[in-house]
Parts: sequence; structure tokens; C-alpha cells
Amino acid sequence: MTGLEELKTKILGALPELDVVIGWEQGYDALNATPLFIRKPEDVERLIIGPLCAHNLATYLPGLKDKKVGIVVKGCDSRAVIELLQEKLINKDNITIFGLKCDGVVNLNKIRKKIGDLGQIRKVVFDSGIITITAGETDHQLKFSEVRMDKCDTCKYPNALLFDHFIGTPDDRQNGIEPEHISDAEFEKMSLEDRFAFWKQEMSRCVRCYACRNACPMCVCRDHCVAVTRDPHWISQENDTADNWMFQMIHVMHLTGRCVECGECERACPMDIPLMLLRRQMNKGVRDVFEYEAGIDPQGKPPLLTFKVEEDNIPEREW
Amino acid sequence: MPVYDGKELRIIGFLCNWCSYAGADTAGVGRFQQPTDLRIIKVPCSGRIDPLFILKAFQGGADGVLVSGCHPRDCHYAEGNYYARRRLELLKRFLPVTGIDPDRFEYTWVSASEAPRWQHVVQTFTDRIHKLGPSPLLAAPLTDAEMAKLQSQVEAGSGCGCHK
Repeated sequence: MTGLEELKTKILGALPELDVVIGWEQGYDALNATPLFIRKPEDVERLIIGPLCAHNLATYLPGLKDKKVGIVVKGCDSRAVIELLQEKLINKDNITIFGLKCDGVVNLNKIRKKIGDLGQIRKVVFDSGIITITAGETDHQLKFSEVRMDKCDTCKYPNALLFDHFIGTPDDRQNGIEPEHISDAEFEKMSLEDRFAFWKQEMSRCVRCYACRNACPMCVCRDHCVAVTRDPHWISQENDTADNWMFQMIHVMHLTGRCVECGECERACPMDIPLMLLRRQMNKGVRDVFEYEAGIDPQGKPPLLTFKVEEDNIPEREW
Repeated sequence: MPVYDGKELRIIGFLCNWCSYAGADTAGVGRFQQPTDLRIIKVPCSGRIDPLFILKAFQGGADGVLVSGCHPRDCHYAEGNYYARRRLELLKRFLPVTGIDPDRFEYTWVSASEAPRWQHVVQTFTDRIHKLGPSPLLAAPLTDAEMAKLQSQVEAGSGCGCHK
């Protein structure tokens, strides 16, 4: 991600018309970024862009529906905006999009796994594919390609797909990363029994903190989420494997044909559960059956909100 | 009606009010012999069926789930089953990801007059589920040994296993 000065200028130009512009700023130390809400021109100085800006800021849009909002988006974030527009959950007239080209964002869990918990990070430098992290007096060097988010490996849309202002010029992307979790190819080799046992193990670790749901830009029910309502009472408040499993199934099912694979659920998960594996596998089904990808075309229609009398890829029932 | 050889399994059927439920009724009135493992839940339309109903049934320990509605073009509400078809097809493709055998779930169309077809559907599906056996459980009950261990821990005053 480059063009910070250009972005700042464009935001300053648009700010008088807007209530707020959402971007990123430096968090509590050099390795953590955090969302920034720009309301006054002097706030713009705190804006940063770069591999630390992993947060999908589109999550805030439905809650700010009636405000004039500016938003800074990466390629994957822009897909979430498009999906929200398709479903009329936000209004394009109220939104100004600042599109970036993205070279991938870091996964802090991967860094933690490689070099351990370092406490306060003093300095982080990205230079030609190497990330140098300074904690105390020591420098740790890591290959950026080894600590990127898994989603960046399979990313086809590094450039924002929908924007009012594009920063810089669109770019091609690069490949070759070790996935943090089990890869889809490995997972697909597993037997049904192994898969069942795999999820049983993963779901037993879920603490049902709902961080995955809260971070998800497509989870717009908020206080009316069926996972917490008493009527209907889908799951108990008990934190057991079966109920955790059911909760994750609710999340997957409610994202069918809508999930843009921004990876926020997995990033937000404090237990490091491979939630994206479920999403990617479901999206594979959506691609196979409906030749549809969520968050590409603002005029498109999510496949489960429409039908064809003769479906192209659904065979007739045999009995 | 004959009880299936050996132990009965739990099969849940979601049937639409207008076609399949009436079809099952016709089969009953016509005294077509059927296995007795199926527990039927009547819904207004196959379009009323949230795929989560099916997953919830599996979570609760169902060994098989059968969904049946009006044939395409025949829906009482004109288009409910078209939406259902899309949802159910995606669910069927997704089930293997969770590790649940996709053969444990089937969706089909049976009209009010198709009693022999209903009998065939129930027979085929029940046979298939019996071949697969009971489904794996997410929350396996404690074995006798585990229960005895827990008991001894409680008696020794060290509380339950998770708080040692």
C-alpha cells in the first residue's frame, strides 16, 4: 500500500462534505494498527496505511447508515462494501470510498508463533519483502511472505473494486505463502470421520465470545442475532462443543453466497480457530452451483435471493 | 406396521403441508407398508425450511434428515420450493465439510397423489440410513469409566475434572 500523502490530500478535500472518514492509525505499539475515525482536519495526520492495516472497516458502515461516511478500503474490504450495497444495507449516496491497492496484510498470530510474545514493540520496518521488528534492543527479521494473512495467498482482488478516489495505480499481485492453518487441499484429503473429529476438536476450543460475528461486515443483525435471542432459542448459553458447533454453522449458513472472504472472523478469533476454512469451502459450493462470487458487482443479486425455474447446475432429484 | 430389523434409528422428515405431507397421508390411508424410523414435522412450505433446521437436527443426534416438498412448478405458493432447492443443494454440498456424511441428508419432491412414490422414498432413505448406522455425536455422553472417575474425584473433594 503506497500513496499516503495522496490519500491524506484526497481525504482533506472530501472531509468538509463528510461526517467522518474511517481509516487506520498506529495502535498501542509499533506492531498494532487500530481503526481511526477522522472528524477534524488535524486527525488526518494520524492516518497510516500499510501491511498492518488488516481491519476491514466496512464492518462499521451499516451502523453509520444515515451518516455521510468516507471509508478507506483494500481490495477485499471493497468487496464487503459492494455486498452491503447489493443487499441495500447501506446507501451509496452517503458513502465516499477511498480505494487502495494492497500488497497483503500481516497476521499477528503468525508473527507471534515465529518469534514469541515480545512485549512492547518499539519499531517495525517493512523493506523489500523483509519485516524487521525491534523489541528492547533486539531486531527480529522475518520474511513478509511468511507472516501474511492466509487470505492474501489466494487473493484475486488486491485493488479496490469500487471507489470514488483511487490512490496510486492498480497493481498485479504476488504469490507463495505458508498457510497458518491446514490448507484446503490437505483438508479435502481427510476422511469424513477425520473431518468430524477435526471440527469437534476445534469447536471444543471455541469460547463463544462472538468476536467472529462482531468483526464480520456481513453480520448486520447485531442485537437480533439468532445466536443470542431467546425466541427463537436456537442455542443455549452453555459453552459446550455441540452448541459452539451450532453457532458456527449459523454463521456459515447466514453467510452463504454473501461471504467476501475478508478473513475478519479468523483474525478476530482469540482461539485461533480456522473459521475461514468453513467459509472457503462453502464459497466453493456457491461457485460450483451458481458461478457466482460475492462482492464483485454492485448490481448483482446474491444467489439465495433469487432462483431459476430450470437450474443450470442442480440435477433433477432421482427419487 | 413392521419395526425395522434391529434398533430403530432417528430420522427427521420436514414435509410441506400441501404436497408431501398429503402424499404421506395418502400412503397411510392406502395402507402402504413403511419403516417406522421417520419422525415427520409438517411445515407450511419447503421454502419455510431453514437449512439450520437440518443442522440443528444433526446437532441433536438425528441419524438422517429427509426434506420433501412439492415438485418444481407445483408449489402451492408458486415459488417457495425454488428457493428451497437452492438452499438445500448448497447445504448438501457443504455437509461433507463438517464431516457429516451427505448421504444422511436428502431432499426430494413428492406430490399429494404419489403414495407409492412416498413409500419408495421412505423405504430407500431408511435403508440407506441403516446401512450408515447411527450418526457420530458432537457431544458424546460420558462413558461408565469416565463417570466413575468423575464420581471418585467429587468424593475426594477435588471437584470436577475441569477444575483440577
